[in-house]
Amino acid sequence: MRQPLLRLEGLTKAYPGVLANDDISFQIGTGQIHALLGENGAGKSTLVKMIFGLVAPDKGQMILRDQPYAPAQPSEARQNGVAMVFQHFSLFDALDVAENVALGMENPPPLRDLAKRIRDVSEEYGLPLDPGRLVGELSAGERQRVEIVRCLLQDPKLLIMDEPTSVLTPQEVEILFRTLRQLSAEGTAILYISHKLEEIRALCDEATILRGGRKVATCDPSEKSARDLAELMVGQVLTPPERPAKPKGEVLLSVENLSLKSNNPFGTSLKEISFQLHAGEVLGIAGVAGNGQDELLLMLSGEIPSPAAQVTLKGQPIGQLGPNARRVRGLVTAPEERLGHAAAPDMSLTANALLSGAKRKTLVQNGFIDWKKTEAFAQSVIRKFDVRTPGSHVLARALSGGNLQKFVIGREIELAPDVIVVNQPTWGVDASAASFIRQALLDLANAGAGVLVISQDLDELIEIADSFAALNEGRLTAVRPAKGLTVEAIGLMMGGAGDMQPAHEAAE
Amino acid sequence: MILGSINPAVLIAALMVAATPILLAAIGELVVEKAGVLNLGVEGMMIMGACLGFIVAVNTGSPVLGFIGAALGGMALSLLFALLTQALMTNQVASGLALTLFGLGLTALLGQQYVGVTPPRTPRLDLGPLSDIPFLGRAFFSHDIVIYLTIALVAAVWWFLKYSRAGMILRAVGENHDAAHALGYHVKRVRTFAIMFGGACAGLGGAYLSLIRVPQWTEGMTVGAGWIALALVVFASWRPWRAMAGAYLFGGVVVLQLNLQAAGVRIPVEYLSMSPYLITIAVLVFISSGKARASSNAPGSLNRPFHASN
Repeated sequence: MRQPLLRLEGLTKAYPGVLANDDISFQIGTGQIHALLGENGAGKSTLVKMIFGLVAPDKGQMILRDQPYAPAQPSEARQNGVAMVFQHFSLFDALDVAENVALGMENPPPLRDLAKRIRDVSEEYGLPLDPGRLVGELSAGERQRVEIVRCLLQDPKLLIMDEPTSVLTPQEVEILFRTLRQLSAEGTAILYISHKLEEIRALCDEATILRGGRKVATCDPSEKSARDLAELMVGQVLTPPERPAKPKGEVLLSVENLSLKSNNPFGTSLKEISFQLHAGEVLGIAGVAGNGQDELLLMLSGEIPSPAAQVTLKGQPIGQLGPNARRVRGLVTAPEERLGHAAAPDMSLTANALLSGAKRKTLVQNGFIDWKKTEAFAQSVIRKFDVRTPGSHVLARALSGGNLQKFVIGREIELAPDVIVVNQPTWGVDASAASFIRQALLDLANAGAGVLVISQDLDELIEIADSFAALNEGRLTAVRPAKGLTVEAIGLMMGGAGDMQPAHEAAE
Repeated sequence: MILGSINPAVLIAALMVAATPILLAAIGELVVEKAGVLNLGVEGMMIMGACLGFIVAVNTGSPVLGFIGAALGGMALSLLFALLTQALMTNQVASGLALTLFGLGLTALLGQQYVGVTPPRTPRLDLGPLSDIPFLGRAFFSHDIVIYLTIALVAAVWWFLKYSRAGMILRAVGENHDAAHALGYHVKRVRTFAIMFGGACAGLGGAYLSLIRVPQWTEGMTVGAGWIALALVVFASWRPWRAMAGAYLFGGVVVLQLNLQAAGVRIPVEYLSMSPYLITIAVLVFISSGKARASSNAPGSLNRPFHASN
């Protein structure tokens, strides 16, 4: 038995209306890689926020190296050797790597010495970084390296990692795991938060599973199957979506050799994109965040116009048409950002239904809104897609991520489109809602529509896609049939970790 | 030749005087915006400084005390803004506009008895032999001390933002307040200090108008200088030296068009009067255009209210 490093005893935290953590106790040994497993909303984030001093527990106590430990703020946690890599990176785009690292340290050395230490540490752990670059220009994988190096420079005893692999390619994940194992061997304990079961089984010594704010079990993940863990985590049996085999139909959407400049200074411009989407086909587009996914969606939705003839829908040029004109012709989109892009947060579900359904459902006549019809449309989306809400008058902001996502995707599917383009359809959505959304997309394809899914979740794409391509720095690989593709092959298509060493050499 | 009647050395000297109030206000607002707060009340804080500085200087007979009073007056008004936007979470744009209207109204009341009064003179800084250098001495070395302190302030702000740790934290708060909070920095505290600094600078800028440039008190005497300062900050891409270049350009065109008016150039006066605004903005837009670089962008959290969720 390893010597215990941190012991949690009966931690409880309530927010108005929710008991986020209910009497949670477990311990983490020195040098142990301990998984914290649970769905969104299971209370993982609240728990680590308490350990990192961002939130004070209502009840219970923590014991670090046999001393009572109650950090009032993150700096106190850092002084005690607790460091954290955040899920949504706590980085500053307009500052350079060294400045970002310095901001996360208690007593940073002068920037010039720090730059040297960043180089040394990052090389020691196989995470090359150039301290002088602006963070806004880095890839997601590199940004995570900044966070990790920032923690490592403080010589932590406990490293908390919140969903670290959600933005990495499989090869980058391998490198990260090697780093984590090296750290563990050196005696640093790691609290690893994730809902990716295979990763946890490959990496972690012990796992604590949370569900609905309570601890369900502590176990050795390598002795359990992924299915067992999933059922512990979800509390119910999951069925994978069905996908009957079917022949490809005619070409619905075609993009030819399209290059497009991004309208965002930190964005990625699209370069010579070509692909075809057939009737009844689910085309999955993989890629690590920031490789042009947003731009691809904006280009297809019509928010960024392109040369008319290079984007065609059923043979008609639509490149110059805006989103509404494209909707009328049968191309609908559901962007990644739910609040503010896919839905207007401070408007009711009915109003949000109107925003995309106005034309195809003729909800507006002679310039007047037919509220009765709109209401009925919103209600049918809520009913058919199992959106849990008191009614269609509720503000979009008030729905949980999964419910709003079901509403947003359902709204587009209800328009009976010929082509639907979705970006990250199940990002931040709980497992049962995710499988519901996937099934709905597959049903739409079976009914003869073309479905284009942009996603960073490889498991999701493998599950639903018929054909497959990857975005890498704004370029799209050739489309390949999904059958027989391995995760390694996909990783290579995504540009993999091929850039890890060369990127470092180029920096010198 | 009409332009022959304009003495370049006098022109440069006058340009520096014309630019200083705007530069002071702009450098303060630059720090405020770098911290992620958009304070549209610059005009109000400037007129507050102009009025209070004038009143204090007249009553004590000391311009130095006048300037201190002006800084405190601007700061007091900015604290009101900080209270509204940081503690009570009101909308920054609306609060800033209200601050401007409030400042203009309040000073009209406070300054009523001071219209037509002459303030104590601010002496020129004696730079000895430097002032006797032909041309250069007249243009650069025969000013009051505030002009030099203002340039020093620009340098200090530049150094602070670029090299000091406190400046780095301030930029971090302005760039991404959620991340800064997650790392344990006090977003509201940093912002409140920045707002106070901005208020003090705007107050000093106003006092420079009423005590040195004009020097007199009239109601609403800032006539839009605060707004120009706000525009300068944006078009200078939030960089101190560029803001200074913009302010001097603006001052230069103001002085030049006044000289041209005096010299009787056959361009309608209205066009000449609007030229400083047009030229300054055109040049700064030209400088800041075409570069989609991170460093020329607005701070990421500018004008977004911060509320620590849990």
